[in-house]
Amino acid sequence: MEKKLYTVTIFSENTVGLLNQVTIVFTRRQLNIETLSVSPSALKGIHKFTITSYASKEVIDKVVKQIDKRVDIIKAYYNTDDELVSQEIALYKVATDKLLALGSIEALIRNYAIRVLELTETCVVFEKTGTYEETQRLFDELSQTIGVLQFIRSGRVAITKSKVERLSDMLASIEKKQIVEE
Amino acid sequence: MKKRIKGADALMEALINEGVDTVFGYPGGSIIPVYDSLKNYSDKLRHVLVRHEQGATHAAEGYARVSGKVGVCFVTSGPGATNAITGIGDAMIDSTPIVVVMGQVGASLLGTDAFQEIDVVGITQPITKWAYQIRRPEDIAWAVARAFYIARSGRPGPVVLDFAKNAQVSEVDYEPSVCDFIRSYLPKPIVQDVYVQQAADLINAAKKPFALVGQGVVLGNAEKELMTFLEKADIPAGWTLLGESVMPTDFRLNKGMLGMHGNIGPNMKTNECDVLIAIGMRFDDRVTGNLNTYAKQAKVIHIDIDASELDKNVLTTVPLLGDVKEVLPKLTEKVAAANHSEWINSFAEYEQREFNEVISKELMPQSGNLKMGEVVAAVSEAVNHDAVLVTDVGQNQMMAARYFKFRQSRSVVTSGGLGTMGFGLPAAIGAKIACPNRTVCFFTGDGGIQMTIQELGTIMQEQTGVKIILMNNNWLGMVRQWQELFYESNYSQTKMVNPDFSLLAKAYGIASREVSERGELKSAIEDMLKTDDPYLLIVNVEPEGMVYPMTPAGHTITDIMTGEKK
Repeated sequence: MEKKLYTVTIFSENTVGLLNQVTIVFTRRQLNIETLSVSPSALKGIHKFTITSYASKEVIDKVVKQIDKRVDIIKAYYNTDDELVSQEIALYKVATDKLLALGSIEALIRNYAIRVLELTETCVVFEKTGTYEETQRLFDELSQTIGVLQFIRSGRVAITKSKVERLSDMLASIEKKQIVEE
Repeated sequence: MKKRIKGADALMEALINEGVDTVFGYPGGSIIPVYDSLKNYSDKLRHVLVRHEQGATHAAEGYARVSGKVGVCFVTSGPGATNAITGIGDAMIDSTPIVVVMGQVGASLLGTDAFQEIDVVGITQPITKWAYQIRRPEDIAWAVARAFYIARSGRPGPVVLDFAKNAQVSEVDYEPSVCDFIRSYLPKPIVQDVYVQQAADLINAAKKPFALVGQGVVLGNAEKELMTFLEKADIPAGWTLLGESVMPTDFRLNKGMLGMHGNIGPNMKTNECDVLIAIGMRFDDRVTGNLNTYAKQAKVIHIDIDASELDKNVLTTVPLLGDVKEVLPKLTEKVAAANHSEWINSFAEYEQREFNEVISKELMPQSGNLKMGEVVAAVSEAVNHDAVLVTDVGQNQMMAARYFKFRQSRSVVTSGGLGTMGFGLPAAIGAKIACPNRTVCFFTGDGGIQMTIQELGTIMQEQTGVKIILMNNNWLGMVRQWQELFYESNYSQTKMVNPDFSLLAKAYGIASREVSERGELKSAIEDMLKTDDPYLLIVNVEPEGMVYPMTPAGHTITDIMTGEKK
C-alpha cells in the first residue's frame, strides 16, 4: 500500500492524559507522527489536535476510527494535502556579521517573505511561515550561505477547503438529540 | 439530598446507587479506607475476597457475562493494580463491562515514586474504555456514575477508577449523581435506514445467505430479534466462541461454531455463500483464517455498534452501524419471508463428514483412555444441556465449546480475544455468584487451573458451588498439539509434572473424585452434581489428545485438518 502524508484533525475535551490516548493508537500501528500541534479551539473547553503522519489510506482510516471511538474525543477525521490550507511557522537564528556580509538582505527578505523578529549585534532572528517545503528551502539556503545557529519549526496547522459541518453545529445537534431522546 | 461523609463512604453510596450488590477484591495499604467503609454497608454490598487481584478481575468478568450487570473490583495500588491488568485487558478485548476501583497513594505523593505508587492511568489507557484518577472526594459521585455509564453502554468494556487515598479519607457533601450523556461519546449510533434497505435488498436477492453470530447479540439482548430475523429470511447461522449460547444448540438454523476449531460446515459455507451477514462479531483472525481468501465470493453485510470494527478486517458491501437490538427488527421488517431449504440442507454433507472423521471418534471411542470430548458431552448430558459453561483456555476450551450444549443465552463464559489461561477458575466463581440457582460447569486443564489455583481458597471461604472438571493430561495440551503438527513434535517445555490435585482439593475442603476409566465417568459426574457444593472432578484423559477439526493459523478457513489419514 502506498503511503502518503495525511493530516489528522481531532477535537477533544481538554482532559488530562488525552494526548497519550491519541498517540497510543499511532504507536500500535507503528506510525510515526511527523508533526503535532495542540491548542484550544474556537470553542471554549475544546482542544484541537493537528497531526501529520505518513500512512496508507487503509491504515489511517482505521487509526482515525479508533481515535474517534475514545470516550473523550469529540470528533476525529483526516484529510490529504489537496483538501487543506495548511501552514507551518519557522524561526531561524543567524549571526549578524555573516548576514551583513551577505550584502543582499533585501532580496532575501522579499523573496522569502521573511519577518525579522529580533536584531542584536550578534544575531538576527527571522520568522517565516509557509509550507514545510517553503520553510525548508529558506533553511537550506541559509545553511549553505551563512549558516544557521538555531532553527525551530512548528507543527502544521490546517483548515479544510470544503465547507464542512462546523464543530459547534455538530455539538448543538448532539445536545439536541439528547434532549429529544429524553 | 446532601450528606457529609468520607470519600470511601461516598464510593459505597455511589456504587449502591448504580445497583451494585457484589464486589470482588483484595485489600492493601492504599485502599484500606474503602475496606473500612465496607462495614457500614455490609447489608447492601457483598464483598468476595479473592486470593490474587487477577482473580478479582476475572470473577468480575464472569459475573458480568452471566448477569448482564457491571462487574466490580477493589484492588490496592502498585502491585494490586498491576495484577489486575490481565483481567482488564481481557475485558477490553471481549467487551465485558467491569469497573475496577484501585487504591492510589495520596495526591500529594503522586509522581514521587512513593511506596506502591504506579502510573495506573498511563498503564491502563490503552486497555480501558476510560481510566480516571479521583484526586478529590468531590469527584467521586460524578466519576462513579460516568464509569458505570461508559462501562455498560455502547460496546461495553472495562473502566478503571484510580482512587487517591486522600480522596478516600477526606469528607465531602455527597449527593448521588447520574450520568446518561457525554457529549463526546455517542454509544448508540443512529441507524441509517438507507443501509438497512441496501442490506435487505442483498438478502432478498440472495440464494445462499449465511449469518455469523457474535457476542454483540448477547450484549444487545437481541437473541429473540436475531432468531426472528433468521427464521423469517430462512438463513442458516454459525457462531463465534463468544456468540455460542445466543441460539439454542438445537435451533434449526444453528449450524455450529466458526473458526479454527469450529465445525466444518459453517467454515466451508463461509466461502460458498453469496451474502454473508455478520451480526455483532468482529472477524477475529481465529474466525477468518487468511483474510485474502476469506469469503471473497460473498457480498458482506456487517452489523456492529462500533464504527471502528466496520471495514477493519473484512471490507463490507453494506456497513450497518448500530445496536443489533435496533437494526435487526428493522431488517426483519424489510426482508421477505424466504425458503432456503436446499442451501440449508447442503450443510448436512459436511456435518456427516465431521461426524465420521472427528465427532464419532471423540464422543464414542470404544477403547483407550478417556477423551476430552466425551467428558464434556457426558457432563452436558447430565445437566440436561442447561448449565452455565465456563472454560479455561486451550484444548479444554475448544472441546467444551464444541461439545457442550445450550438451551439459554448468557451461558458461556470464556476468554475469547485475549485467550487468558487462568481465566476460568475465578470467572466460574463470579458466574456462580451471579446466578446461584444455575449449575456452573467449569472445564479446565492442568495448565490453566494452576495459573490461578489459589482461587480454590475463595471457593472454600465463600462456599461457591462451582463444578470444576479438570481434564488432566499432564501436558500443556494445545501448545503440545501445535508442536506435534507444526514443530516436528519438538515438545519444548510442555510436559507438566503435576501435584496430586485431589490432595489440593482436600486441603481446601472441596469434595473431589478422580477418574481414569470410562466406566466410572457417569457415576462420578452424578456424584459431582448430587449437591450444590463445590466439587473438583479430576478426569485423567488421553495424554496426547488433539482438537479437530483444525484450520492452521493463517490458512484459508476451508483448509481443514480432521486428523484423518489421507
